Amino acid sequence: MALLSFERKYRVRGGTLIGGDLFDFWVGPFYVGFFGVTTLFFTALGTGLIFFAASLGDTWNFWLIDIQPPDLSYGLALAPMREGGLWQIITICATGAFVSWALREVEICRKLGMGYHVPIAFSFAILAFATLNIFRPLLLGAWGEGFPYGIMSHLDWVSNLGYSFVNWHYNPVHMIAVTFFFTNCLALGLHGALVLSATNPGRGQEVKTPDHEDTFFRDFISYSIGPLGIHRLGLFLAISAAFFSAVSVIIAGPWIQSWVAWWDWWRVLPIWS
Amino acid sequence: MAYQNIFTQVQLRGPAEEGVHVADSEPRYKYYTFNYWAGILGNAQIGPVYLGLSGLLSLVFGGLAITIIGLNFAASVDWNPLAFMREFFWLTLDPPGPEYGFSPFVPLAEGGWYIMTGFFLTASVLLWFVRSYRRARELGMGTHVAWAFASAIWLFLVLGFIRPLLMGSWAEAVPYGIFSHLEWTNNFSLIYGNLFYNPFHMWSIFFLYGSALLFAMHGATILAVGRLGGDREIEQIIDRGTASERAGLFWRWTMGFNATMESIHRWAWWFAVLTTLTGGIGILLTGTVVNNWFLWASENGIAPPL
Repeated sequence: MALLSFERKYRVRGGTLIGGDLFDFWVGPFYVGFFGVTTLFFTALGTGLIFFAASLGDTWNFWLIDIQPPDLSYGLALAPMREGGLWQIITICATGAFVSWALREVEICRKLGMGYHVPIAFSFAILAFATLNIFRPLLLGAWGEGFPYGIMSHLDWVSNLGYSFVNWHYNPVHMIAVTFFFTNCLALGLHGALVLSATNPGRGQEVKTPDHEDTFFRDFISYSIGPLGIHRLGLFLAISAAFFSAVSVIIAGPWIQSWVAWWDWWRVLPIWS
Repeated sequence: MAYQNIFTQVQLRGPAEEGVHVADSEPRYKYYTFNYWAGILGNAQIGPVYLGLSGLLSLVFGGLAITIIGLNFAASVDWNPLAFMREFFWLTLDPPGPEYGFSPFVPLAEGGWYIMTGFFLTASVLLWFVRSYRRARELGMGTHVAWAFASAIWLFLVLGFIRPLLMGSWAEAVPYGIFSHLEWTNNFSLIYGNLFYNPFHMWSIFFLYGSALLFAMHGATILAVGRLGGDREIEQIIDRGTASERAGLFWRWTMGFNATMESIHRWAWWFAVLTTLTGGIGILLTGTVVNNWFLWASENGIAPPL
């Protein structure tokens, strides 16, 4: 694939974390690097195993392919391949691929003289995945507590998890996480819309300025966070959504059994009882 | 480690920015204050604000709606302030029962207050839409904010008006209350065969999570090139600088594809807008066209055949 017109001057050596110049090259638009190689390894192995595990199942229906973790009776032991062992290796491959991807992003940041915000943000998504399929199963003492790899089967898992704690909507940390997701969506819509409305004012009209952006939001809601601040806010909202989602799940089971009963403490506060 | 753009470390204080002059418009309400904590994250300046007729009426109607909800809450605990606090999360203003159908004339205590609240809230929200549209036009800007807001209004109207209308019963509407609206959501899924099998619900969640992913990617990218002026987005859209080039190359080298400084905001706008747009479609189809999403999925090869 062709280089962008300005790309050549940015394609310099250096910035690698490991491996020196060994993997310091590009393939098409992709940067490789040591962690590109490890990403490729884990992705190829993991995806291959997903196909293999799917071939052992009874359907090739995209929605219904289902790779389950081991039975709870295996605890934290390794399970036979056909009884969840594949799920265990796929989980290792997924984690390895995600972490490799983040470290490859770090190398690209260093190469381009950028801050590390993207890989740090991505690490919260990795944390959420690891919380569900590694940390929580470890706390509960069985890999069978993890979610299965399948489109509909993972939705079933989420559904069942909610009802096995009576009513997941009463989980206060879930409330916080959902609030962050919704607020993030709102803020993203407003930010995208504001920039587009300044740069697309209508046929024949002049493009507007950041002053117009600030003015619109001050007029609208009496505060404009500004063109720099909105990106800090957006990053904070998105990271918080992932972080509190992870927290809301990991406390369910190890510490909490019913989210409806959890609220009992509120009604017996000394102020009113 | 090199400089990382995290917080604003030196805050400047000058005369407040009064905003772009708008001809033929009611004047702004010129109050200004500077908040140190806001200044750490973004602009420290708070104010001025523009009120205008649609803004004023929107606030009045919104205030009325919240007042009615609050007074109904208070009445339900016999006007006891302590009980109001203790029971707050459980308090609710419910819609009329199914025996009233979709009649607009329901005794106040039987759900009439609910209908009135819905009317005022809808008036407030629609006037706020008018405000966002008109203010953008008066400033010579596009109306993208207003239309994004319209997508959220669509979901709001589906939940509280359009679907109850099609089902012929106010009882279908969402109650006003913390736990009661969560219970409604929970029961809605149980009654209609698990909403996770609703493809429009899938789309809505896809765009909701996608919005978090996009804002994390976009926010982080801009901050990472903040040292080079990446936050000056409008300028970079018109005249690409090294911040845009590096931001684009970061994603090109990472995943083989990159947006541009302008197109990332189109991605952002569409992801946010489609979250509520598809969500509203999913709710509207439930109970009106599809009675059981699991059965629907089963018949269409998405769930195992029965």
